[in-house]
Amino acid sequence: MDVNMGNVLGLVFANMHDMTVGDLTKNRTMGSILFGGRYRLIDFPLSNMVNSGITNVGVITKSNYQSLLDHLGSGREWDLSRKKGGLYILPPFGNVASRIYRGRIEALYGAMSFIKHALADYVVLSDCDIVTNMDFKPIVAKHVESGADITVVAHTGVYDSEVIKESTVLSTDENGRVRSVLIQPDIGGTCTASLNIFVMSKQFLTDMVTDAISRGNVSFETDILQAKCGELNIMAYEYDNYFSKISSIASYLKANQELLDPENASKLFLPKRAIYTKVRDNAPVKYDLDSSVTNSLIADGCIIEGEVENSVLFRGVRVAKGAKVKNSILMQGTVVGAKSEVNYLITDKNVIIGDNHILNGAPSYPMFVGKGASV
Amino acid sequence: MFNKKECVAMLLAGGQGSRLYALTQTVAKPAVPFGAKYRIIDFPLSNCINSGIDTVGVLTQYQPLVLNEYIGNGQPWDLDRIHGGVHVLPPYEKASGASWYSGTANAIYQNINFIERYDPEYVVVLSGDHIYKMDYNKMLTYHKQKEAAATIAVLDVPKEEASRFGIMITDADDNIIDFEEKPKNPRSTLASMGIYIFTWSKLKAYLIANENDKEASKDFGKNIIPDMREAGEKLVAWRFDGYWKDVGTIDSLWEANMDLINPNIPIDLYDPAWKIYSRNPVMAPQYIGKNAVVQNSMITEGCYIDGSIEFSMISDGVTVEEGAVIYDSILMPGCVVKKGAKVEYAIVGENSVIGEGAQIGARPENITDKDTWGVAVVGHNLKISAGATVAPKAIISEDM
Repeated sequence: MDVNMGNVLGLVFANMHDMTVGDLTKNRTMGSILFGGRYRLIDFPLSNMVNSGITNVGVITKSNYQSLLDHLGSGREWDLSRKKGGLYILPPFGNVASRIYRGRIEALYGAMSFIKHALADYVVLSDCDIVTNMDFKPIVAKHVESGADITVVAHTGVYDSEVIKESTVLSTDENGRVRSVLIQPDIGGTCTASLNIFVMSKQFLTDMVTDAISRGNVSFETDILQAKCGELNIMAYEYDNYFSKISSIASYLKANQELLDPENASKLFLPKRAIYTKVRDNAPVKYDLDSSVTNSLIADGCIIEGEVENSVLFRGVRVAKGAKVKNSILMQGTVVGAKSEVNYLITDKNVIIGDNHILNGAPSYPMFVGKGASV
Repeated sequence: MFNKKECVAMLLAGGQGSRLYALTQTVAKPAVPFGAKYRIIDFPLSNCINSGIDTVGVLTQYQPLVLNEYIGNGQPWDLDRIHGGVHVLPPYEKASGASWYSGTANAIYQNINFIERYDPEYVVVLSGDHIYKMDYNKMLTYHKQKEAAATIAVLDVPKEEASRFGIMITDADDNIIDFEEKPKNPRSTLASMGIYIFTWSKLKAYLIANENDKEASKDFGKNIIPDMREAGEKLVAWRFDGYWKDVGTIDSLWEANMDLINPNIPIDLYDPAWKIYSRNPVMAPQYIGKNAVVQNSMITEGCYIDGSIEFSMISDGVTVEEGAVIYDSILMPGCVVKKGAKVEYAIVGENSVIGEGAQIGARPENITDKDTWGVAVVGHNLKISAGATVAPKAIISEDM
């Protein structure tokens, strides 16, 4: 079935799941968490929307959004600086009725005038906790074809209980229709977990939100998906491509390190469906005479004089002579001083580690150093 | 009516760059990749915006397609301005007829109307084939202080190299009293860098006079500057003491690339106050694999490196497979070097593929007859089959 993606509005929730990675969202939204050497998490849903032909996108945000605004600018880097459609940032207090929202329903209610005025019949909603290269076109086509009220993108697989604790779990019948919903259950093993990406018609969305607000409902998951799965036609769309879900600092480390497998990276960074991000005009990476780098992802602007192994280095990281970096994620502007050794370390932006230090974390509990700290 | 601009830059980017052979068969020289993530023209364009000059005319003629697309609306250099910005200026047909740019001076002459729209006091004339970081505003301040008609940027070069350049002979106050082109016995060591600032009203008059002289060769160095000197205009030299290199030949292009990884050469690409901007390729960070050895090199986004890289410049989207060796070489965007291939003292053009076990170029220490040694060049979009050998100094412009 062919669908006109120009008729689809995109909505990205920048702040959902902020609390699951509290260290990383202290000064920023979930959407503005740095990822994969040169990206922020919101780059993935935004690029996926643009690459799927959705060019009218609203970003709903709540708090801590200064870094998000700085990152998005006019939206030009995602080709979303447009006269028709383009990028809209929807902060709280956007109109008299909106306020700091408590759940997805209130967030949508705050953006209602934007949604109503959008020239679109369908809406794709996405959070920022899933890192993937997703084409929304077949999903919207399936939604239209199935006549569902809501389509939930989900993946059936074996999950850790740690991940499921932060997920919505669906039970479906043989046709893929959702029959029951568990929210953040304490289970593990094989299950169908929502990827927090939804498709609805605009009409259904606006009616649903208006109705829910009048009843004092605020949670989309509890008050709609769970409470009304018998009454509404809610379909699960099974998504099988590569993705990773960020729901803790350990899963953040794992998701970054998975990119060190070229097989995974090749499923995320497709030449014809590029992931866009803000350009910083860094110079290329400079490797010194004594450097040794293996199995690592290195972004431009880095200067490497020491050893780097199994790590992800963001833009402008410096690794001084004799330093050893292993199994670590070093964000933008981190400096590792001479002869310092770090292992399973995550540094936020602009961390300075002096000379001759040893910092060790563990795979299940990586050590984290906050933004701008000096060690 | 446009806002007045004090100073407009005109960048000469129309030359064929024939001494770069296979590398400029399909692209103009200013669009040739340089320094892993740049193209040559990024340097003058970045210098313009960093110097506060936001109106730039780029004069193109030879193979302009890649260059036009690269410059686009000028946004990567912050040159997408409401007034001014960067404009690509190819020759065009006028009511009086059409003609190609017949020389550097003629190219500016044909665009007098473009310059006049901004009503500038001064015009900077730049080349599209130099690698350097320069604050044109300092040169402009000097030009104003000296109340000169023309200021020429000069570099004090070693005496033994002076005969490769146009040499300026100056008095004690750096007024230019004479000049000589590539002299056998140079009378001075001040080499012209091909960077000029003119007081526009003066330049305009000389351009028109030169155009009316049917015998003239319509060139700045051969006509405009000598004409101004003969007429007694004030010509001054402005001394520049940073890094500057003309990359008009295979050897100088290779050397200038290698200069970027030489700690003793003073050109800093990591200075946040003077960034060199370029059009971003939108690619993932580079991946350095489990078998990789990378030392003393520069590598940029989108690369997959699992071989050995030393003393080399690797542009965006390059693949170097396991066991391949890249030594003292330049790989331009999108190249693939297959398993076990060796690339030594070579330049490989964009999107070319070097087959398994092929040998491109050689190290000078492995060559007995030094006269036969030189940098090997593989042009753009070529395939070198597995096991093939490209001799040092060879220039390849067809598949082999």
